[in-house]
Amino acid sequence: MSGSSSQVQSPAGAGAEAIAAAASTPATTLSAAAPATPPPPGPSYDLARVRADFPLLAQTVHGRPLVYLDNASTSQKPRAVLEAIACCYRDYYANVGRGVHRLAQLATGGRERARETVRAFLGAAAAEEIVFVRGTTEAINLVAQSYGRSRRTGLAAGDEVLITAMEHHSNLVPWQLLCEERGAALRVVPIDRHGELDLAALGRLLSPRTRIVAVTHVSNVLGTINPVAEIADMVHRRGAVLLVDGAQAAPRMTVDVALLGCDFYAFSGHKVYGPSGIGVLYGRAELLAEMPPWQGGGGMIETVRFEGTTYAPPPQRFEAGTPNIEGAVGLAAALDYLTNLGLNAVALWEGRLLQRAAELLGAIPGVRLVHLDLDEPAARERAGLLSFVVEGVHPHDVATVLDGLGIAVRAGHHCAQPLMEVLELPATTRASFGLYNTLDEVAALAAAVERVREVFA
Amino acid sequence: MSGGYGGLQELYGEVILDHNRRPRNFGRLSGASHSAVGHNPLCGDRVAVYLRVAEGRIEEIGFEGVGCAISTASASMMTEALRGKSLAEARQLFESFHALVTGAPATGVTGDAAGHAAAGGAAELGKLAAFAGVGEFPMRVKCATLAWHAVQSALAASGAGSGSVPPAGDSS
Repeated sequence: MSGSSSQVQSPAGAGAEAIAAAASTPATTLSAAAPATPPPPGPSYDLARVRADFPLLAQTVHGRPLVYLDNASTSQKPRAVLEAIACCYRDYYANVGRGVHRLAQLATGGRERARETVRAFLGAAAAEEIVFVRGTTEAINLVAQSYGRSRRTGLAAGDEVLITAMEHHSNLVPWQLLCEERGAALRVVPIDRHGELDLAALGRLLSPRTRIVAVTHVSNVLGTINPVAEIADMVHRRGAVLLVDGAQAAPRMTVDVALLGCDFYAFSGHKVYGPSGIGVLYGRAELLAEMPPWQGGGGMIETVRFEGTTYAPPPQRFEAGTPNIEGAVGLAAALDYLTNLGLNAVALWEGRLLQRAAELLGAIPGVRLVHLDLDEPAARERAGLLSFVVEGVHPHDVATVLDGLGIAVRAGHHCAQPLMEVLELPATTRASFGLYNTLDEVAALAAAVERVREVFA
Repeated sequence: MSGGYGGLQELYGEVILDHNRRPRNFGRLSGASHSAVGHNPLCGDRVAVYLRVAEGRIEEIGFEGVGCAISTASASMMTEALRGKSLAEARQLFESFHALVTGAPATGVTGDAAGHAAAGGAAELGKLAAFAGVGEFPMRVKCATLAWHAVQSALAASGAGSGSVPPAGDSS
C-alpha cells in the first residue's frame, strides 16, 4: 500500500471521477423512490471540496491518513452542522414551546423550521407528521408502544407482526417485547441466496392476523435495498400498517414517503451526517392522530388536572419533556447539506465506490463477499456498503490489522445476530462508504486486506 | 510486517500467530472433572475449557471453540501454562496474566514486563509475555482473557459441575 494512497484527490481528479461515475454506474437508488428523471449528479459533486467540509477527516491514525469506512455505524459531521449547533447555543438558546420571551421564540422557531426541513426531506405532507425522537431505535419503540398498545389499534392475542431476517436488533427487539406482552406472534420473512427479501414468502406470511409489518429500507449488513413501495402495496391489501427502518437509507438515497407509501418511517440524525441523540419518526397524520402518548410530561399536554389530562395533538403529543433543541437544528443543517449535494449524486458516488470495492476485494484469493455478486442482476442495486470474510481470519483480527493501517471498519455481528445465523457466519467485516470517501481509499482498503492475508498466512 | 502499524507487530507476534495456526491441546478432554464455556457476544467467540483436577492440581487441560487469533492463541498457550499447576498457582498466574494484558499493576507483577517488580512475575508468565501487546488494544483484552475466565468459572463450580461465563456485553 503506498503511503499517499489515502490522500485527498485533486479537485479536477475528483470531479472527473464523479462525472465518470455518473456516466457508467447504474442508479443505486430505489427505483420507486427516485424521481422519473434523476437530476444530473456529476459536475456539482466536488469530492475534494466535500472532504474539506469535514474537519475530522484530516487526521492521521497510527501515523497514517485516516480512512473512515464505518459510515453505516455513524457518520462524520460537516462544518455546517458543527456551526449550526454552536450557533444555537451561542446565539438563541432557550427552552422551546412555552416562553413568551424573545429567545424562547427564536429557539422555538429554529426547531420548528428544522421540522419543516425534515418534512421536505422526506416528502411528507405536513410538518405535524414529523416527530422528533432520539433516533431510529426510539422511533420504532414509540410505534410499538403507542400504536401497538392503544385501545383501538393495539395488538390482541393471536395477532401477528412481520419482520424480516435482515433486521437490525432495533427493528426486532421492540416487536418481540410487544408480542410477548400482547400474546401476539412474531413472524420472520426469509431472504434468498442473493441476500434479497423473499417477496413470495412475504405474500404467504401476510394474513388477516397481520397487524404490523416492520422492514428495513436498506440492510446494514448486506446493503440490500428492499422494494418498499411494492411491500407497502402488499401490506395495505391485507389491512396492516408498514413501518420502515430508514437508518441506512436516509443518508444514501432519495427518500419520499409519499412514493414509498409507508405508514411510518424512522431514521437517525447521526447517520445522515447530523448530531447523535436526535432522530425522526414520520407517521401518517391519520395514524398519529389516533395514537395515545407513550411518555408523559411537559410539552405533550393540553390541560392537566388531577382528575385527568388531555393531550396535545401530534407531534407534540409524542415529545414529552425538554427536547434536543440543538440536535434538531443540527439535523436540519445536515439535511440541507445532503440536499444541496443531491441524494442522487451521493447514491451514484457510493455506488461507484461499492463497485470498485467489490472488484478489488473480490479479486483477492481467500476473500469472500457476503451475498454480493455484482454480476447478478439482483445484487446490482445495492447501497454503499459490503460485508466480507477473509478465509481463516477472524473479522476482529481483520479489523485490528486494518486499524493499524489507519482504516476504520466494523467487525462483528452488526447488531443483526439472527441474520448472522442465517448466513451461518459468527461475524463479518463490513466496509461502509460515505459521501466523502474516495476511490483511493477503496484501493487502500484492498491493499490492507492483502496485508491481512500476509500476516495470517 | 515491519514498522509500528499501531502496535500490530507486538499484538500479532510470531508466537501468537503460531498458536493461532496450530492450537495446542485442542479438543474435548475425556474424563474432565471441570468444564465451562466462555462466550464473548461482542465478536461471537466461544471457547469451551476442560480440566482434570486431582489433589488440588491440574493434571490435564484442553479447549475447543472458535475465535479470533488472540483468543485462540491465548487459550492454547494457557493450556500449556496451566498443566501441572496447583489451583493456587493457576489463580496467581491468571492474576499476573490479567495484569499483563490490561496494562495494570497487580500483585507481584506489572504490566510492563521490564518493570521494577516484574522480575518474578515475568519469569512466572514465561511465554505468556507474548500477550503484552494486547494492552495497547483495550477492545481486545476480553479476547485474551476469555479462556482464562472460563477456567476460573469451571474451577469455581465445585466438584464435577460446569460453570459458564457471563456475557461480556452487547454491541450495537
